[in-house]
Amino acid sequence: MENFTPIQSLVGGLLIGLSASILILSSGKIAGISGIVAGLMQFKNTSKEHYIWRILFITGLVISSYLYSLLMPLPATEISASYSTLMIAGLLVGFGTRMGSGCTSGHGICGLSRLSLRSLIATMSFMLSGFIVTYVLVHVI
Amino acid sequence: MTKHMMTLIAGIIFGIGLILSGMTNPSKVIGFLDITGNWDPSLAFVMVGAILVGFFGFRKAEQTNTTLFCEPIHLPGKTHISKELIIGSLLFGAGWALAGFCPGPAIVALGAGYQEAITFVIAMLLGMLIHDNLYETLKK
Repeated sequence: MENFTPIQSLVGGLLIGLSASILILSSGKIAGISGIVAGLMQFKNTSKEHYIWRILFITGLVISSYLYSLLMPLPATEISASYSTLMIAGLLVGFGTRMGSGCTSGHGICGLSRLSLRSLIATMSFMLSGFIVTYVLVHVI
Repeated sequence: MTKHMMTLIAGIIFGIGLILSGMTNPSKVIGFLDITGNWDPSLAFVMVGAILVGFFGFRKAEQTNTTLFCEPIHLPGKTHISKELIIGSLLFGAGWALAGFCPGPAIVALGAGYQEAITFVIAMLLGMLIHDNLYETLKK
């Protein structure tokens, strides 16, 4: 437990909840990152409005590490997966979040904040497979 | 402040929250998923913090049903627990554990210039396109 950071994680979580609340109360949209990103690749029956808020929110995510670095030093980003693993993982995350209608943010934060049973089932499912795959990777292989 | 300005600020706050919480560090994510090993439960606090605030934000949204700019709020209305919901989420969890990235943190790390995150995001976009176009068409 030498890496245990409950305070930073809690404060980070409060900010994420604040962001999701701002987005729903100002734009009426759900802060589900997989849905926001996938919406940028839909070209049928879409208005200008469909793209604008998505582009703005994603732009905020993209520039956030630069802005963070102006305030305080960025924490480490340690990536141990190989490029081939990253590609397989990316495909699974992209396909799976679309099939399951959401990811950690849409189901795990927005959905659970609304006490949605559907999001609870989704969250339990991705946590379960995350635990199993990690167990296999860390302790079996 | 305009609606668009607030959306951009929400994106920035979301990203800063992800960085501060440790979600953008794949080794931290894997430490959280490694429940039988040297478990680091920190990331459970991210969900606690986010829901603590989100609960009130979404309750307000459900009560008023209109935004601060008097536009309708679209809350997902689906309640059906489908096979796709579970299988898709299981696949997502497997990918999350393989890389240590989920969609939001991967985009933040892409913005920080990590080549690995760029690779992951390109594959993720491809996975989304495969689902929304190929898979959805074949299913019909």
